[in-house]
Amino acid sequence: MRVAVLTFPGSNCDEDCFRALEQVPGLEPEFVWHRTADLGAVDAVVLPGGFAHGDYLRAGAIARFSPVMRPVQAFAEAGGPVIGICNGFQVLCETGLLPGAFLRNDSLRFRSHPVHIRVETVNTPFTSAYRKGQILRIPIAHGEGNYFADSETLAQLEGEDRVVFRYTTPDGGLGPGSNPNGSCHNIAGILNASRNVLGLMPHPERAMEDALGSSDGRGVFESLARHLAGVAG
Amino acid sequence: MSRYRLEVRVKPRPGLLDPEGKAIHHALESLGYPGIESVRVGKVIDLDLTAGHAEAAVERGREMCRKLLANPVTEDFDITVVSQANGEGGRK
Repeated sequence: MRVAVLTFPGSNCDEDCFRALEQVPGLEPEFVWHRTADLGAVDAVVLPGGFAHGDYLRAGAIARFSPVMRPVQAFAEAGGPVIGICNGFQVLCETGLLPGAFLRNDSLRFRSHPVHIRVETVNTPFTSAYRKGQILRIPIAHGEGNYFADSETLAQLEGEDRVVFRYTTPDGGLGPGSNPNGSCHNIAGILNASRNVLGLMPHPERAMEDALGSSDGRGVFESLARHLAGVAG
Repeated sequence: MSRYRLEVRVKPRPGLLDPEGKAIHHALESLGYPGIESVRVGKVIDLDLTAGHAEAAVERGREMCRKLLANPVTEDFDITVVSQANGEGGRK
């Protein structure tokens, strides 16, 4: 099952995503340059982290107009699974495939360290390998990870079970210290209305091996493989 | 056709957290400037373009803001015509 890993000028987690996907049986990653106007026959798309187009103007604002985003949009609207990680999440919001926008971290600092996130729903192509309420330890690395949406959008996300991951304390609480960037409702990851597009700020591709501190990110890619096998079968 | 310079100001929407403005506010206070009520940080984009008349230039600027220059979820914008030069190769 072929998974496109998009590379924009300024992407810097594309290699990590490629390697993470490669580690999951059944998934065959391939790089796709941002100027490509035809995605070909892919089964899923990953928008990796980094600083697409230098994050000029706003993170993701210019990447949205890269030629590859046209077929990605069509793929997503046809129900194909799409994952945007960190900068990829920002690009998906700018593109309109996911609601909301990002502000600078409320601490004004670039935060780069492991955080705890809670799996809020397993009813997605990306989290079926987890159990609801499971606490994962996964790194973040961002300066603009402060998720913002108006109250109506937030109510919709909550009401439709579209908040996938929420930042928590190590024991799963939402108290002081749980929110690394000021995100509304401690949101770390959300889905689109059709549940086939996921955006998340933490980097599951950096949490694939215990030797690196955590393998808690594997579930995202294993869930994807399981989902694609189900679709194909 | 005339040449216009538009000044586009993109600002965080009122009420929205502006961490950068807040940090500058604190820095100004620590420099000894009292009584500052708030600081908000946005950006200014100068656009030089040609158009039939000023209103058409502003309308194109608005369209560019809606498509690219501002994110309506978090930002507001306003546009001012700051200069105009008539004719081809017109004067500044």
